[in-house]
Amino acid sequence: MTPHHQPSASDAWRSKMRRIRALVRKETHQVARDPSSIAIGVVLPLILILFFGYGLSLDVKNVPVALVIEEPTPEAMELVAGFQLSAYFHPRITRSMPPAQQLLLEHRVDGIVRIPADFSRRVAAGDAQLQLIVHGGDANRARIIEGYVQGVVGVWAARQAAEGRAGAAAPVNVVERLWFNEANDSSYFLVPGLVVLVMTLIGALLTAMVMAREWERGTLEALLVTPVRSEEILLGKTLPYFVLGLIGFVLCVLSARFLFHVPLRGSPWVLLTASTLYLFVALGIGLLISSWVKNQLVASQLTLLVTFMPAFMLSGFLFDLRSMPTVVRLITYVLPARYYVALLQSVFLAGDVWSVIVPNSLVLAGMGAALALASRAAMRKSLD
Amino acid sequence: MLASILRILALTRKELLAVLKDRSSRFSLLIPPVVQALIFGYAATYDLSHVTYAALDQDHTAASRQLLAGLDGSGVFERVGDLQHASDVAAFIDARRALLVVQIDPDFERRLLAGGSADVQIIADGRNSNTAGTAMGYVTGIVNQFNADWGAVHGVASAAVQIVVRAWYNPNLETRWFMIPGMIGTLTLLQTMMLTAMSVAREREQGTFDQLLVTPFRPYEIMAGKALPCMLIGVVQATGVLLVAQLWFRIPFAGSYLTLYVGLLLFLLAAVGIGLLLSAVAATMQQAMLYSMLLNMPFSLLSGLATPISSMPRPVQYLTAINPLRYAIDITRRVYLEGAGIGLLEADLWPLGVTALLTLSAASWLFSHRMQ
Repeated sequence: MTPHHQPSASDAWRSKMRRIRALVRKETHQVARDPSSIAIGVVLPLILILFFGYGLSLDVKNVPVALVIEEPTPEAMELVAGFQLSAYFHPRITRSMPPAQQLLLEHRVDGIVRIPADFSRRVAAGDAQLQLIVHGGDANRARIIEGYVQGVVGVWAARQAAEGRAGAAAPVNVVERLWFNEANDSSYFLVPGLVVLVMTLIGALLTAMVMAREWERGTLEALLVTPVRSEEILLGKTLPYFVLGLIGFVLCVLSARFLFHVPLRGSPWVLLTASTLYLFVALGIGLLISSWVKNQLVASQLTLLVTFMPAFMLSGFLFDLRSMPTVVRLITYVLPARYYVALLQSVFLAGDVWSVIVPNSLVLAGMGAALALASRAAMRKSLD
Repeated sequence: MLASILRILALTRKELLAVLKDRSSRFSLLIPPVVQALIFGYAATYDLSHVTYAALDQDHTAASRQLLAGLDGSGVFERVGDLQHASDVAAFIDARRALLVVQIDPDFERRLLAGGSADVQIIADGRNSNTAGTAMGYVTGIVNQFNADWGAVHGVASAAVQIVVRAWYNPNLETRWFMIPGMIGTLTLLQTMMLTAMSVAREREQGTFDQLLVTPFRPYEIMAGKALPCMLIGVVQATGVLLVAQLWFRIPFAGSYLTLYVGLLLFLLAAVGIGLLLSAVAATMQQAMLYSMLLNMPFSLLSGLATPISSMPRPVQYLTAINPLRYAIDITRRVYLEGAGIGLLEADLWPLGVTALLTLSAASWLFSHRMQ
């Protein structure tokens, strides 16, 4: 690839820019004419963020529970009133266990609270018991329900104690404060996580499909025999998709902010910089995969395997990374999504925390550079 | 009739050969579900086994140390710092060095000894509020234990009502028991659907579909020949995930295999039907793949796998009624954990049957329509 005569540096630079510009123009035409690219870049992010922003929630409200009242004493009825007034429960009252168990078996209720016949007597004696049976299938939900029941009973007990009727308040009370998300609204962390999912998917898909298609059709070989150099081809291919991905990103952030009312406490510029870095990484993954396997079918499957599900499961978007076994946690360090989730959750909810932003951005920048070099190498190799 | 079955079998064999003869595609169909089940099985849990916390103990008494010792001794909490001032809290939480800060006020022990009650403040990083909530639940449990111990030693009556909790079907409330059975359907849906859609689209792109049409095969035979091998691969994938759940994660299987596989077959039939429908709509392989991925995402995210359907807003809940994965996950979980029989699963089975029927007949109509 060494030129025969040595042109001046500015000449070389100018013709390089011209070649890239021509490639970008060609690629932009291709994007504009291919509805599927627009679909991935603009329509897909919108649909995803709308669907999942509204659909995904871990908040538990209106839990159907069966209340078994074996003897309607004043104490028991006061407790029942507590459940009925709570926004978290939707109680159904029965007088004995068998119908309640049937309801649980049919999934009509998520739990059974049994107030035993000797409840009032034992409250007076100070050793009363309540039985709670939860459907343990969804353990997370079961634990949340358990916490709610404890809350209702705690309020009841405090009132009993305040009226000097029975029992005493617990020695130590836990006062909980949830920073960055005072309302305990799960969409606060799910929506930024969704932005990561969407960006990962559209970034990698856009380039993976396109390059693999060119390899399959042989049009890339045709490009490679022209004076255009491989890094110029990569750049020319990437830029239009980068712009497309950026449009998708802006749509996501706008809907997060104005549709789902997730606060943006950090600066929008930090958000944009971090996302630019991540978009390059995601596009790079797609480029690398496609110049490696050169087959649309395999490229698409591979892209999906290494992007969507890992970003969903292993990025810390939903499941806590610190609680994963060491081997699995080591895998998460390789995933760019992990760093982007940390960035987005901080920038959206906590603000510009530089001790989070700087290291995570550096990792993303490093990954982007490594991917760019690797895709160039993969393309060069195929020339031989 | 017999000839027709033979033709379908021949086509099935050809399809299987086409898919499995290539090493990389054989690999990409059989290995990922098992590897994913292994990795995600470990990753997809809401249970916390490692919570970092910092202590802001302003009391420095036996009582405050006893409370913190309860946290340290739980095996879950790791103390990453001892703070001196309330102003240090932000630095630890902001930088994600600690998930929680436990703050004990200076008069903690004095108030307890005076027979009153004292507060312990827990400050949690709410950037993932679900994780924070679970961790705070653990702290509450440890504080309850502290209260009981304190009451026993100092002769104070403990909290008036004791709640005895029992969890059915999952006694230790492990999220893994809930997640992994749900993955049986999730990890098979995408590839089954995509494989079906792509296999028709590829033939069409390469022009071999027209060749197929001039053979004595009838349209429904071609469809069956495309559907069967994909279902077969789906069954193999599902079995792989099932084996991981039972042999690796040792989650007890409570139900009958027959019921499970009846449900899975019906689910795969629906998945293949959707795949065929997509391939009838798509013009190229790329489109076929795109459509199947576009569909797969709402299917898997709005299935109740990771977030419960009952927490979704009403309109979205109604929308999930057309999601075959929702029913598959419900079936696998209930058969796996509760041992539910066919009778209890009716509400899940008939929507799958209807989906399969609708998609398959729509696809065959489209195929024969396009042939003329």
